[in-house]
Amino acid sequence: MSHALFITASYALVVIGFGALVVDAARRHAAAKRLLAELDPRGDRP
Amino acid sequence: MTAKADSSPSGAAPGARSLHRFANPGRFLRASARVQLWLWVAAALVLGAGLVWGLFASPADWQQGETVRIMYVHVPMAWLAMGGYTALAGASVMSLIWRHPLADLFARELSPVGALVTALCLATGSLWGRPMWGTWWVWDARLTSVLVLFFLWLGHAALTRAFEDQERGARVGAILALVGIVNIPIVKFSVDWWNTLHQPASVTRFDAPGMHVDILYPLLTCALGFSLLFGAVVLARTRAAVMERRIRALQLARARREEALGA
Repeated sequence: MSHALFITASYALVVIGFGALVVDAARRHAAAKRLLAELDPRGDRP
Repeated sequence: MTAKADSSPSGAAPGARSLHRFANPGRFLRASARVQLWLWVAAALVLGAGLVWGLFASPADWQQGETVRIMYVHVPMAWLAMGGYTALAGASVMSLIWRHPLADLFARELSPVGALVTALCLATGSLWGRPMWGTWWVWDARLTSVLVLFFLWLGHAALTRAFEDQERGARVGAILALVGIVNIPIVKFSVDWWNTLHQPASVTRFDAPGMHVDILYPLLTCALGFSLLFGAVVLARTRAAVMERRIRALQLARARREEALGA
């Protein structure tokens, strides 16, 4: 296994890990905002 | 600040009073929306610059060659694993002493992110160790104490979600976080206290950093970029959790109303 593969694997893991976190946070945020707008249309939120 | 707006307990310290302002979900969501936008933008810019600098513009190490570039992701993950845990302990103190509801939610949302960065620290360290040390893993004090830190993060994430009563879960999680803080100095000083295969500290030394600025500066830029990204992710998760709590309260209120109308 060449050194380039170790470097690529390290960066790929970090990108996948943080990418999953960002996507999950965005998905939760969007879902919560939509549901909150349905339940409380005149609610106090940004 | 008006007396009506300040919901803090009387006699609380000024710092606690200002923090209690954000116990109001609407106020927290409004204040954090602008901060979050800036955090995402700053994280993208700083991390983008740091990674390009580290991968393409910094020199290879005279001894390790190109493999040293793993350091630009491994070291920030290690710092975030320890710094994040210290923040978890701080939130736990706020939770236990001031019963701050936002501190509970912050801690609950922080622990999965902390567990992930600690796992990434272990994985990238292993990928760095294989070509440099000739092994994926050794049970030396540094590696073992970071593995213990990973289990502490996982334990906190599991405990806070194990109780039906979320407040009770937060209390138990806070106690675990405070007991586990003893592991942080062990991680930090393990390379000084014991004979380890892992190298001693080369950046956070009391005298001077033990690396050339051509490697040090991109490392610090990557560390800042990852810290901003970490902060943005935790803030986004906390904002989502605040909204989800409001949703649960509204759904419960609606169910009670419908039950009362039916009866």
